[in-house]
Amino acid sequence: MTPVWLSRLQFALTASFHYIYPPISMGLGLMLVVIGIIYLRTKDPKWRRMSFFWVKVYGLVFAIGVATGVVQEFEFGTNWAEYSRFVGNIFGSLLAAEGVFAFFLEGGFLGLMLFGGNRLGPRMWLAATAIVAFGAHFSALWIVMANSWMQTPAGYEILPTAFGVQAFMTSFSEIVFTPSFIPRILHVWTSAWMVGAALMLSVSAFYVLRNRHLDVAKANFKTAMPFFVVFSILQLFLFGAAQAEEVAVNQPVKLAAMEGVWEDTSCAPMTIVGIVDVQNQTTYGIKVPCLLSFLAFKDINATVQGLNSFPRDTWPPIKLTFHSYHVMINLGMIFVAIGLLGTLLAFWKQKIWGIRPALWLFVLTIFLAETATIAGWWTAEFGRQPWIVWELLRTVDAVSPNLVAWQIAASVGMFVVLYAILFILFIYLLNEKIQKGPESLEEMEQTPVTSLPDTFRDVFRGRGGRARA
Amino acid sequence: MSLNNIWYVLFVVIVAGYLIMDGFDLGVGILHMFVAKNDTERRINLNSIGPVWDGNEVWLILAGGVLFAAFPLVYASLFSGFYGAMMLVLLVLILRTVAIEFRSKRSSHRWRSAWDLVFAVASFGIALLLGVAFGNIMTGVPINEQGYMFPNVVALLSPYALLIGVTTIAMLALHGAIYLSMKTDGDLLARVKRWIPRLLLIFFVLNTLVVAASLLLHEQVSVNYLEHPWLAIVPAAALACVIVAWLMVRRERYFTAFILSAAMIAGLLFSAAIGLYPNLLMSTVDSAYNLTIFNAASAPNTLTVMLIIALIGMPFVLLYTGGVYYIFRGRVQLGPESY
Repeated sequence: MTPVWLSRLQFALTASFHYIYPPISMGLGLMLVVIGIIYLRTKDPKWRRMSFFWVKVYGLVFAIGVATGVVQEFEFGTNWAEYSRFVGNIFGSLLAAEGVFAFFLEGGFLGLMLFGGNRLGPRMWLAATAIVAFGAHFSALWIVMANSWMQTPAGYEILPTAFGVQAFMTSFSEIVFTPSFIPRILHVWTSAWMVGAALMLSVSAFYVLRNRHLDVAKANFKTAMPFFVVFSILQLFLFGAAQAEEVAVNQPVKLAAMEGVWEDTSCAPMTIVGIVDVQNQTTYGIKVPCLLSFLAFKDINATVQGLNSFPRDTWPPIKLTFHSYHVMINLGMIFVAIGLLGTLLAFWKQKIWGIRPALWLFVLTIFLAETATIAGWWTAEFGRQPWIVWELLRTVDAVSPNLVAWQIAASVGMFVVLYAILFILFIYLLNEKIQKGPESLEEMEQTPVTSLPDTFRDVFRGRGGRARA
Repeated sequence: MSLNNIWYVLFVVIVAGYLIMDGFDLGVGILHMFVAKNDTERRINLNSIGPVWDGNEVWLILAGGVLFAAFPLVYASLFSGFYGAMMLVLLVLILRTVAIEFRSKRSSHRWRSAWDLVFAVASFGIALLLGVAFGNIMTGVPINEQGYMFPNVVALLSPYALLIGVTTIAMLALHGAIYLSMKTDGDLLARVKRWIPRLLLIFFVLNTLVVAASLLLHEQVSVNYLEHPWLAIVPAAALACVIVAWLMVRRERYFTAFILSAAMIAGLLFSAAIGLYPNLLMSTVDSAYNLTIFNAASAPNTLTVMLIIALIGMPFVLLYTGGVYYIFRGRVQLGPESY
């Protein structure tokens, strides 16, 4: 096994594991803001109990997200030193900007969000929560921006230096708004919102199945349901579709691999479910005639380029790209179906509480949503191969030249063990927290909610009880 | 002052920010097993840093990002050259996070003591690794013509680097102890107070050794000081901070002592940075291969964009960080959502 192969394995492993957590930081953050607003409007204590419960889950998720995120930032330097030199001027600035603008916001206000329930009044607590949720989205914005530059580089020039060729900035605004950036960030945000809503649906459905915390669980389920169905419809028909359109224009060979298109085809069909046979250059499955041409180019007669129109050494790994993509879109369709079903059953005579298989389906939803999200990133990243920066730098040329295979094998081993332990502990503790459920307000509240400082002035004059850590 | 110089200063400021901010919570971790004897005291220890440690770690991420953006060649050489050490840093960082988050989630005594130990060892480990890495930066590393190094692990563990590693542990423990003296009460506070003079003495002795070893064994770090003797004001100020901090501790004015201890950390880091200037990584192979703030930097347009970003962003960061610390001021009291 070569250093390149091992470094790719390590990056794929650590990035996939890391990306379990950020969608929850964004999506659950948004849902916590929703719950906070409902509490302010209704003053019904069950919403406050919900906030106390979910904030604890959020803290756990956030901490693991940060810890595994540091790994990602360091790996560019440790394993991809040639890449780091090549893109430092551009990619580095976006990472630094993420730190300055977004990450401090999240990290700084997280403490107020996690420990603010008994120190701040509901409005100030909600404000802290909203800032953390905003920070999580803002953070993703910079990261997706940096990744979009790798997919569709713009605003750069390549110049020789004493240490090889490097990409230099010619226009910061073109670097920020590369052709793929806007469609991709909308796609990523929407998927995160789906994950957040799905997590609430899963846990609430579980409580209903177990006949516990019924008032809180049912209210929580009915709050998350409309968000889930709306986001899943928007994702499938609008943001996901727009993303495919963008790939069709900017990375046609990636699209060909995603859809298993071998020859140039006009009125190209879209394979809804299928398998790809690389040896015989054939794609089997259920196909909808002309749909791919329509989705990619808004014209049923448009020609979709096939893989054979591109040099073989620019093909991404076809099977991985094809299947990751299909896992994602198939789940995307399933989400719309279960979203509509759930909405119907939950709001039409509240039938859902009696239908146990439907509730179990919702318990499963969070795992499906996470799977779809990771599959999406696999599509984007495997589909970009063999390039690390699209058509500018190959992944094989990007690795650090001073690494030997055993070192990377050792670190891969370390991450496998560490992340396995981390994941088991995470699931174990999450389960324990969920089993325990939302506490009663008497357990959570030290001081009556009305005596907490709830304006800037109160907080900074120390009125209404002094803040404690 | 050129953009490269500005970014050198800013980078040192950000590293100092990391050492000061995350430094005290690392210090709390280093002292965890020594000052806190029972579950309640350990919880108070953890909760003294509870609302802020995650935010403090952001300084490390920022330092990494700024090094990547402003001096990409150094980022690439340093991180790939110190591969094993970097992986260890990541390992202890993750273990420390996990320990803080998971400790309180179960009430079993064994569960909690195990995570207490992980928290303490990981905090030691981070301080030691940072110090050893810094020691190697001071002595230089085997950078070749292509700007890469192939160091062996044993060579990284020179006595000089280890000395700086141990000194870093003492420095952060001291910083953490002074922080804890503002946050704790009762028996725990009494124990913390007993540790402060000991740590001051240990740190003072170790740091004197570091200065002596640097001047005697690595004379390249004194070149800038010999050329511009007035620069000695920076290490002198750091020394003054230690002495005044000592006086403040004796008068039990812990907040002032904490500010002075932070100033001392910044002063020491700047003293070293002056010694290194304009090098970021000195080559032990040939000084022609040194990576400096000029040959390893990004182009002026990138540095300008970054400067604008920093000027817009950093005032907000300082403002709301200050606000958060203000809200959580005062001694720790455990509540239902504490760790």
